[in-house]
Amino acid sequence: MNISNEEYGELAKKRSHGSKLYKTVPMAFLVGGLICTLGEVLLNVYGMIGLNKDDAGALASMTLVFLSILFTGLEWYDRIAQHAGAGTLVPITGFANAVASPALDFKSEGYVLGLGAKMFVIAGPVIVYGISASVVYGIIYYIVGLFMK
Amino acid sequence: MCFRKPSIISYAAVVGKAENEGPYGGEFDEVIEDNKGGADTWEQSEALFQRRAVGHVLRKAELTPDKIDLVIAGDLLNQCVGSSYGLKDYYMPFLGIYGACSTFAEGLLLSAALVNAGYLDTVIASTSSHFSTAERQFRFPLNYGGVRTPTAQWTATASGAALVGFSGKPPFIRAATIGKIEDMGITDLNNMGAAMAGAAYDTLTRHMKHRGTHPQDYDLIITGDLGQVGSDLLYDLFQRDGVSLKEHHKDCGLMIYDRASQDVHAGGSGCGCSASMMCGHFLKRVQSGELKRILYCATGALMSPTMVQQGGSIPGIAHCVEISSEQGG
Repeated sequence: MNISNEEYGELAKKRSHGSKLYKTVPMAFLVGGLICTLGEVLLNVYGMIGLNKDDAGALASMTLVFLSILFTGLEWYDRIAQHAGAGTLVPITGFANAVASPALDFKSEGYVLGLGAKMFVIAGPVIVYGISASVVYGIIYYIVGLFMK
Repeated sequence: MCFRKPSIISYAAVVGKAENEGPYGGEFDEVIEDNKGGADTWEQSEALFQRRAVGHVLRKAELTPDKIDLVIAGDLLNQCVGSSYGLKDYYMPFLGIYGACSTFAEGLLLSAALVNAGYLDTVIASTSSHFSTAERQFRFPLNYGGVRTPTAQWTATASGAALVGFSGKPPFIRAATIGKIEDMGITDLNNMGAAMAGAAYDTLTRHMKHRGTHPQDYDLIITGDLGQVGSDLLYDLFQRDGVSLKEHHKDCGLMIYDRASQDVHAGGSGCGCSASMMCGHFLKRVQSGELKRILYCATGALMSPTMVQQGGSIPGIAHCVEISSEQGG
């Protein structure tokens, strides 16, 4: 080849256009905001029917997770996500989709080696590093607490 | 290498729903509307696509499987199961190949070489790809709500197959150039076009130099699945040599879908993309003489998710086959 990889890399960068941020960012804001608003509505409704704040919060999260998995199964979630981007990825619904979608996909390889083994293929790293981070945070919180007394 | 005798006796393409809704819908031999064709899994479905495509080739040539000397086939799946499971029931002598999306050109040139040399009389080149199997193997689960980047391409759900032999009738396979592995240092899994454009440039340049031809000597130079990014880069690379390619060039990845209405980003890809466009659209036009001389350069990104995760780049390869409505001298 009569072109170096560095030179070609520059050329490739010039020809590879990025996402249209003026379109994707407002859509993510809008859809993400809508999902969070729905969460707030659910929280208030559960509060109104007499649940305490903790229970209402847990139930609101569970409802959102249920809806996300239902939409994933109906093949709606990824279609909405194509337009919503981070708006559907970041909230708790995105996490539910990340667990439900491989579970559905790998069912064809069986319930143990397929569904069971592959279910956390996307969410697994989030859980591993989420728990690790919370342990580190807990240790720092404990040490800081000793000096604050 | 140059050939004198071989021609493509029959050819067929089987596509999925989205491919038939593209600009060349209606030109294919069969459409499997639900992309699954009654199979239990996506992998079995891809095998079915290839089985059907080879079935149509045999039917059109009025031959039974025992009259076929060899089938050369490959696809994108691990262990090339689309080919082996798809073709096992035909009991034909089988050679599996892997060239990523360049597989169909690789199969055609091997078939032509074996036939031209006189070793075999009837050789089928066959390949397939399926959006759902490729996504599962290389990227994310089908219903995962991740967003594809604008440079990503859409794996075509399609299969193409062609029977090479002696018929004395067009389309004739006149020459071929085997590609070299070109690693341009691209590491983005979602930018296959950029990973392959260098290989296409190298193979096309070598082919035309060997044949003593220029882009204007061909009715069309057809690349496999460079997509928008790869096609632009190919023009850039030729432009550096002072050669203008754009007016003679078509890319199957840019043709198979309607990019304005079908959400395929930089275009189509997959072994079946160029195989189905060749077998569904272009070969007919060479056969009728509407196209007299074409260059078919299928491009493959030799991508391995494991190597990319280990920090490796994505090498590309491109094989080129010259097809003509006139027999070689």
